[in-house]
Amino acid sequence: MAAKFNMNPLKNPMPAQDPEIRNGNFEEVALGYTAEMAIDEAKRCIGCKNRPCVAACHVNIKIPEFIAKVAEGDFEGAYQIIAEDSSLPAVCGRVCPQETQCEGKCTRGIKAGCEAVGIGRLERFVADWHNANCNVQPVPAPANGHKVAVVGSGPAGLTCAGDLAKMGYDVTVFEALHVAGGVLVYGIPEFRLPKAIVQKEVDNLKALGVKVETNMVIGRVITIEELKEEYGFEAVFIGSGAGLPKFMNIPGESLKGVYSANEFLTRSNLMKAYKPDSHTPIQHGKCVAVVGGGNVAMDAARTAKRLGAEVHIVYRRGEEELPARREEIEHAKEEGIIFDLLTNPTRILPTETDNPRDPSYGWVNGIECIRMELGEPDESGRRSPKAVAGSEFIIPVDCVIMSLGTSPNPLLKATTPGLETLRRGEIAVDEVGKTSIEGVYCGGDAATGAATVIKAMGAGKIAAKAIDEYIQSK
Amino acid sequence: MYQIVSKKSLNPTVTQMEILAPFVAKKALPGQFIILRASEDGERIPLTIAGYDREKGTVTIIFQIVGASTETLNHKKVGEFIPDFVGPLGRPTHTDGLKKVCVVGGGVGCAIALPVARALHAQGAEVTSIIGFRNKDLVILEEEFKACSNDFYMMTDDGSYGRQGNVCVPLNELLAKGEQFDEVITIGPLIMMKFVCAATKPYGVKTIASMNPIMIDGTGMCGGCRLTVGGQMKFACVDGPEFDGHEIDFDEAMSRSRTYADFEAHEREETCNLFKKEVQ
Repeated sequence: MAAKFNMNPLKNPMPAQDPEIRNGNFEEVALGYTAEMAIDEAKRCIGCKNRPCVAACHVNIKIPEFIAKVAEGDFEGAYQIIAEDSSLPAVCGRVCPQETQCEGKCTRGIKAGCEAVGIGRLERFVADWHNANCNVQPVPAPANGHKVAVVGSGPAGLTCAGDLAKMGYDVTVFEALHVAGGVLVYGIPEFRLPKAIVQKEVDNLKALGVKVETNMVIGRVITIEELKEEYGFEAVFIGSGAGLPKFMNIPGESLKGVYSANEFLTRSNLMKAYKPDSHTPIQHGKCVAVVGGGNVAMDAARTAKRLGAEVHIVYRRGEEELPARREEIEHAKEEGIIFDLLTNPTRILPTETDNPRDPSYGWVNGIECIRMELGEPDESGRRSPKAVAGSEFIIPVDCVIMSLGTSPNPLLKATTPGLETLRRGEIAVDEVGKTSIEGVYCGGDAATGAATVIKAMGAGKIAAKAIDEYIQSK
Repeated sequence: MYQIVSKKSLNPTVTQMEILAPFVAKKALPGQFIILRASEDGERIPLTIAGYDREKGTVTIIFQIVGASTETLNHKKVGEFIPDFVGPLGRPTHTDGLKKVCVVGGGVGCAIALPVARALHAQGAEVTSIIGFRNKDLVILEEEFKACSNDFYMMTDDGSYGRQGNVCVPLNELLAKGEQFDEVITIGPLIMMKFVCAATKPYGVKTIASMNPIMIDGTGMCGGCRLTVGGQMKFACVDGPEFDGHEIDFDEAMSRSRTYADFEAHEREETCNLFKKEVQ
């Protein structure tokens, strides 16, 4: 009989496309565990008593239980355990920063030289196995006769809608773009999260009875107040995300060839500009600077690489401070992305011609940067970068992608009287997502500013429960 | 899906369509825009609203056939559908309190200037309309403008219709002889709006220009439509599309508008060839 536990200190590696091949295509990078690898990895979980992983998960998936089912080879059983707490497992298994969440707390990973159980990889395996092998359509819950509107179809909105539908609510999701999925569709690239997976999750919600209305910019076409007063929604959940891109306010940001990461990724992901037959154009730069060090910066850099460019990540702090998921940084390096760390742009330089009729007029021709050094830690605990005087240098690039983070979209604030917001435009909420307006709840990036998919899902879940309590108590 | 309920060719390169979109029609106001996709894999095209009928639930758009997507849209017939039509987006034209206004439209921009002129006329304002085209064949909406204008000027670049010259000619004359406008509102090619703004500036007449830059989502997400207005970065989709013309950096806007010029020319040719093949 096989050993009960697998005491290998390291995770089973994730099979992946060869870096030199994948940096030229848009197919998924990580290929997923086989059943054998998954069972073997699942046996690395020792089922410890404290279960620190569960508390470290924003939706508190019963991780040891699902892993035990995987170890037994009962993959559908494992899926059902995950599904009790998470509505998007195939997504989270791919995009969660597990190293700072569940896996960051795993007992197996405490000792030096030891790695946590590959919880994310197992979650992904289980979700993919279910999607490939189980065709049972979700069954709508008996209707309870109450209507709820959800604004935005990203991770927060989809989770809230799913949870409410399972309780019997008549849920309508309003999406501003022409497809549902929010950042999962416009932001995260195909090679990291295939769009078919997102579509499957949306289809599952529809099977649960959730209505999805695309092309509806709430605030403009229907206001929040009208949703409640005219359209009979008893409660509204706002999950409109943090879509407003930031720029640096340095000279040259309006040159042709300067993109926000949002624009670059939306063109490539949502509008499929990476495909040669797409009707939406995107610049295929020869040399691209991506400014920033988060997941979005990695996505933009790896997309530009796949479109044929030499790509530089320009980040003002050091390697340790890069906010992106560890795996994305590793993948980016393997694919040949150049990291210019402790480097900060000072201006973007134009092409030389002054003649507006010259086709080369007004394009990016380089980015001037200054070297940085790290000073003492600030209040956030991070060492703040300081410019080294006189250390300016130029990277000759023809495209610059600004990936400096995003802030909440101001449209709802502007069109919803009485909706209170915080300093950076985040919608003010209490711990269950209640806003300053009765019956209106909010969660995800719209309330927190840019964060993670799983955090948004957690907020959607908590708000769904609060909305249920609110409606039932009326 | 959104049905095309009527279609009319205004001139060889400009088409008017009425689209059934009750939610948009219910809220639309002059100056706002919509975004549509003409086909399932098509790009998102922003178009300023040319009219709306709240009773019928329709929105009128007028577009110039300039690229692959507008070419595809122009091949759609009455009764057919387009997959996406979202709006109203942007801020409406501010007309409150205006008593004497000069509306200056150029080319297909006249389609957007018309609802503004109509709204002003309806609220009792004195409207002077100056509209300009390259030549007689391209003239659109003449009667419609006359119907809502107290004073009307038709200009063509080559003099084949109306007066010869650009829209700034009568505008300069009016300003020089001391006409006092509360506001000048201009909609048309960037170069025309730039010169209109330059003409009014010495007289200190507030001038509003309607911008139509490259954009994708229209909700503030992509930042592709950014403009420099009064030294500040503004997004046309959420902060506009109308701005104080004396503050706009038109040279930058003109440069940015040409970002994908090569791609668009190529795309249009490909699409035209496809349609030609269909005809054969």
